Order: sequence, then C-alpha cells, then structure tokens
Amino acid sequence: MNRINKKLQEDKKLLSIYFTAGFPQLSDTISIIEDLEKSGVDMIEIGLPFSDPLADGPTIQASSTTALKNGMTTKVLFEQLKDIRKTVSIPLIIMGYFNPIMQYGIEAFCKKCTEIGIDGLIIPDLPVKEYTENYKIIFEKYGLVNVFLITPQTSNDRIKFIDEISEGFIYMVSSASVTGTKNIFGDSQNSYFERIASMNLKAPQIIGFGISNAETFQQATKFAKGAIIGSAFINHLNRNGTKLIDKFIAEIR
Amino acid sequence: MSYFVDENGYYGQFGGAYIPEMLYPNVEELRQKYLTIMYEPSFQIEFQNLLKEFVGRPTPLYFAKRLSEKYNTKIYLKREDLCHTGAHKVNNTIGQILMAKRLKKNRIIAETGAGQHGVATATVCALMGLECIVYMGEIDIARQAPNVARMKMLGATVVPALSGSRTLKDATNEAIRDWINNPVDTHYIIGSVVGPHPYPDMVARFQSVISEEIKLQLKEKEGTENPDYVIACVGGGSNAAGAFYHYLDEENVKLIAVEAAGLGIDSGESAATSVLGKEGIIHGSKTLLMQTKDGQITEPYSISAGLDYPGVGPLHAHLCESKRAEFMAVTDDEAMQAGLELCKLEGIIPAIESSHALAVFEKKKFKKDDVVVLNLSGRGDKDLDTYINYFKL
Ligand SMILES: Cc1ncc(COP(=O)(O)O)c(C=O)c1O
Repeated sequence: MNRINKKLQEDKKLLSIYFTAGFPQLSDTISIIEDLEKSGVDMIEIGLPFSDPLADGPTIQASSTTALKNGMTTKVLFEQLKDIRKTVSIPLIIMGYFNPIMQYGIEAFCKKCTEIGIDGLIIPDLPVKEYTENYKIIFEKYGLVNVFLITPQTSNDRIKFIDEISEGFIYMVSSASVTGTKNIFGDSQNSYFERIASMNLKAPQIIGFGISNAETFQQATKFAKGAIIGSAFINHLNRNGTKLIDKFIAEIR
Repeated sequence: MSYFVDENGYYGQFGGAYIPEMLYPNVEELRQKYLTIMYEPSFQIEFQNLLKEFVGRPTPLYFAKRLSEKYNTKIYLKREDLCHTGAHKVNNTIGQILMAKRLKKNRIIAETGAGQHGVATATVCALMGLECIVYMGEIDIARQAPNVARMKMLGATVVPALSGSRTLKDATNEAIRDWINNPVDTHYIIGSVVGPHPYPDMVARFQSVISEEIKLQLKEKEGTENPDYVIACVGGGSNAAGAFYHYLDEENVKLIAVEAAGLGIDSGESAATSVLGKEGIIHGSKTLLMQTKDGQITEPYSISAGLDYPGVGPLHAHLCESKRAEFMAVTDDEAMQAGLELCKLEGIIPAIESSHALAVFEKKKFKKDDVVVLNLSGRGDKDLDTYINYFKL
C-alpha cells in the first residue's frame, strides 16, 4: 500500500508541512525534510518552485523566486532526493505547477518520483478532466497518488465526482484565496468545513491554505483528517533559517 | 484543417483550460454561457449599437497612397487607431462588459501592459457604473504614464504588479490571483486572445468585427472581399485574431503575424515567442511559450509594452505550427523607424505595437498589384515619451 494511504488509516489528526525546495539555501532540502520528520510531522509537501505560481500568495512567490535564484531545478531536486528513503519514512508529496513537469516529460517525471520514493503529486493547474483523460494511466502505472483540490465554491456534484476519483486524500482549500492570505477562520469557513464533513466522503480531507498556528490547526482538524501548513512555515524559515523547526512544529500541536 | 476552436477548447494541440480548481466555477460558467449570451439578439443589438455610437465604428479602411508609392504595392490601413480610447482593445471590453452584466458580476478586474486594455476596461466600467481594478506591472506604470492617469480619471484603481519582471505577464498573474480571491462577484476582462478556454475564442469573436468590416470595405474599394495579405502585430494576439478571423479559412489570403524581436532574436532581450518559444503552459493555456529548459517562464523584452509578453494566444500558436500564418520578428529599431516613417508619409502617429507591423514593408517585398491590409491597431499618443527619448525629439 502507498505510504499516503497507510498514513491516512492512522487514528490521529495529521499535520502536513509544505516547503519550497531550494529555500532558504539550495542545499537545505534534505535537512528540512529530516528535521520535519523528527519533529513529528506526518507528511511533507515538497514544493517544486515555479516562476509564475498562480495559486500562491506573496510568501510562497518569494520563496520560489529565491529557490530558483539559488539554482533549484527539477533535475537538482531529484538529485538531492535520490537517497531520501534511506533516512525518511513518512509520505512525501511533490507539489508543483504543470509546466516544469511537462517540460521534464510527464512519464519521465513520474518514473523518477517512484524510483526516489515519492508517493504522490499535487499539481494545482492540472485540471481534473485533463488528468483523467490523459495522465491518470501514467500516474497509476507508477503507483503515484494524484491529489485534487476542492474549494468553498466547488459544487456538491463536483465534490462527489472528485471524491470518486481520489485515491488518497482530498485537498480542501479553506477559503477562496491564494496561499498565505487568511489567518483566522470565521463562520463561513466553519460552515464550509461542516458541510463537507457531513457529506461523508470516501476520501479523507486535509485542509490547507490559511493554517498558521495551533488555533487554526485545531479548528481545521475538528472537521477534517488533517491540515497543511505552508506559508506560515516559510515565514518561520524566513525568520529563523533552518533552526528551531522542532519548536515551530511543537507549537502547532 | 480547422483554425477555429474545437469543442474541447483547443486549436490543434494548443489551448485548453489549465487552471487551478479555485477558478473552475467561474471559467466553467463562462464556458457554458458565452456563446448563448453573445448571440442573443438583445446582446447583439446593444453591442453593435455601442460599437457604432460609442467606439465610432466602422473604422475606415484607408488607402495609404504615399506609403504604397514608397513600397510599390497597394497598402490599406485598417484604422483601429481611430477607435475611442485609441486602440482595438475597446472592441473586446465593450463585449465583455455586456457579458459581465449578464453574468450579474459587479466588480471588474483586468491586466494591462501598454495601458490600452486598462484604459479600455476603465472606460467601459465608467460607462456601465461598475467598479474597476486594473493590474499593471510596475515597469509599465513608469513607461506608460499617460494611460495610468487616464485610468485614474476614469475612476479605476490601478494596482502595481511587483512580482517577477513587473510587466504584462506579472500583471496577468496578479489579476488571476485577484479572481481566485474574489470568486463570486468578479468578472475578469482579459485583454487578449490568451488565458483559459473560452477566453481566446470569446475575445477573438469580439475582435472579429475588424475583419468583418475589412471584407465589406475592400469589396467597395477593390471589388473583392479578399486582400492578398493581412498584416498585424502580435502581443497576445487579439488585434491579429480580429483582423485574420474571417480570412482564416480563405487560404488565398496570406496572413502575416509580426512579433517583437526586441534588441534582436538572439540578444536575450526579445519577445519573439514563435522563434524562441516552445509548447508550454501560461495563464491557463497550452501554447508557445518562452521558457527555460526547466520550464520556468522567461522574462521577455520589447520597447513596446503591449508586445512584451512571453507567450502568444493558442490560436496563433496553431497558425504558426500549421504554417497558416507567416511569423516575422521586428526589432525595436526597425519598429521605431517604421513608426516615424508613417508619421512623415501619412500624417499618422502609430502605437509602437502597430509600428512593428509597419516594419514588415522594409523586410518583405510585395508585388505591385498585391493588395495588402495592415491592421493599424492603435495610435501613438501613449508612446510619446518613448518616441521622444528614442529620437531625442
Ligand atoms: C495598440 C496596441 N496594439 C497591439 C497590442 C498587442 O495586443 P494584441 O496582440 O492582443 O493585439 C496592444 C496591447 O496593449 C496595443 O495597445
């Protein structure tokens, strides 16, 4: 069984962390992953930086720009990750925009991911329809889980359809926003979280966007299987470099 | 071969809607409704009426006598520069504001490069009393100051795009992010035949009034609807799409698309996507795109803000790959000289974007009896600073 699915069966709320590969320094990728695992993080999203990240706010835009300036590329990332499974056992997901993946070659990219021990992909600008018609076959051939997003605006019918085709978890975007915007959840988020929870979907949901501290983590995981922290962790790296990662994680739960 | 969009939103292999899920409801609503809305009689009546009374259409198809003599061929200029607000962009914004109203959206966002699309959007928002926010790269705000002032006078809020190259591509990113943040009340008026399906097709249809008029006007002047050539500059490609539209299936009408070569194709400072680009995804569309080997989008360069874009619309990628259109690249210097020449020979100060199309006459020889229609997409008022600096006027 894929590490993601195994993790989803554990009887606990999951904390997943996003970071941009190649940030703050090009060579920080491995130590950040290892420190996150040691700090008790359940799952990691390794951000493959892109020049034009449409769904991201200023924090992740800036970390992506820095990572690219530092020399991060798809090839460099794969090279850095080649022995990652010798030291790290939690699920690893690559999150990246479609163009760099397309230029690497979809099949070559998937093949490489499997060789390294990557478990899944999140590609925000690869639409569900394109995926199911053209790329599902390839992802499945390499045993990769593709993670789809839903938002407060996604219709119930579409959520049901996405649930049907999801093999891992559903990435529930907390509010209508790019990453790193909101840092408190109000009534509209709570009613959206409740609405989704009451749909009894087959795929567990993990909430992302706007989770920044213990309070928002609690709020989100009251309804969902887990939560993803991205911009807040990047901000931590901005302030502290790669130090004190364990402290940051300990403060979340 | 078809040059029109297929039912999946593709032109050949190009197009589609590569958008994050957050944009799906809006883009899907537009996809389902745009054709029905556009071709409702009440929409067409309002649209045609505004094009006539507010924009000043039809624009003349002007026989450029002295330019024709100089290049020893028959040159007609389609005078989009005479449209209200100074460029073809307003054809599209009139159409899209009527669309937005029927979709019951009351907040309008747009991106702009040269500022022409921003002005055209601010104008129609003022006309309809809707809120207008225009994203514009910080660099473009500096080089197109008069248009920034115009937008403000028209009541729009101009928001500087501070990311990336701080030009058109980044302004478009910011507009898309705004739409993600405001999914319910907002319509995004894209300014060219770019973006996710159905935008390229919708914008091309609104701009197709250009070639519709050329056909009628040329019939009157030359006794035939079809010229030998149609020439237009391509940033995203909306004025070219409009000028080509009704000729796409007329294979005897040769189409020439002119891109900005900047300081030269091989200089590293260029926006000639058809030469330097490769299939990729930008702003939700699979198209030709200037990018690194690793798939990072490259920062383009042109003296003309309206052509300073690292992609082209998917229709143009298809016209290029299928060789239906000939793509030419014109440098800053060639364009500036051609612009000045039009001033001297015909008494028309063109937009620098349009000057790129005019430079074709120095680079390509036409026959004496060829009928060549050049789409003069805009006027040069907005570019006076650039002309002044370049020619030390
Ligand atoms: C006068 C003029 N021509 C051409 C363009 C390029 O756009 P497009 O290729 O969509 O016609 C612009 C864009 O700002 C413009 O202002």
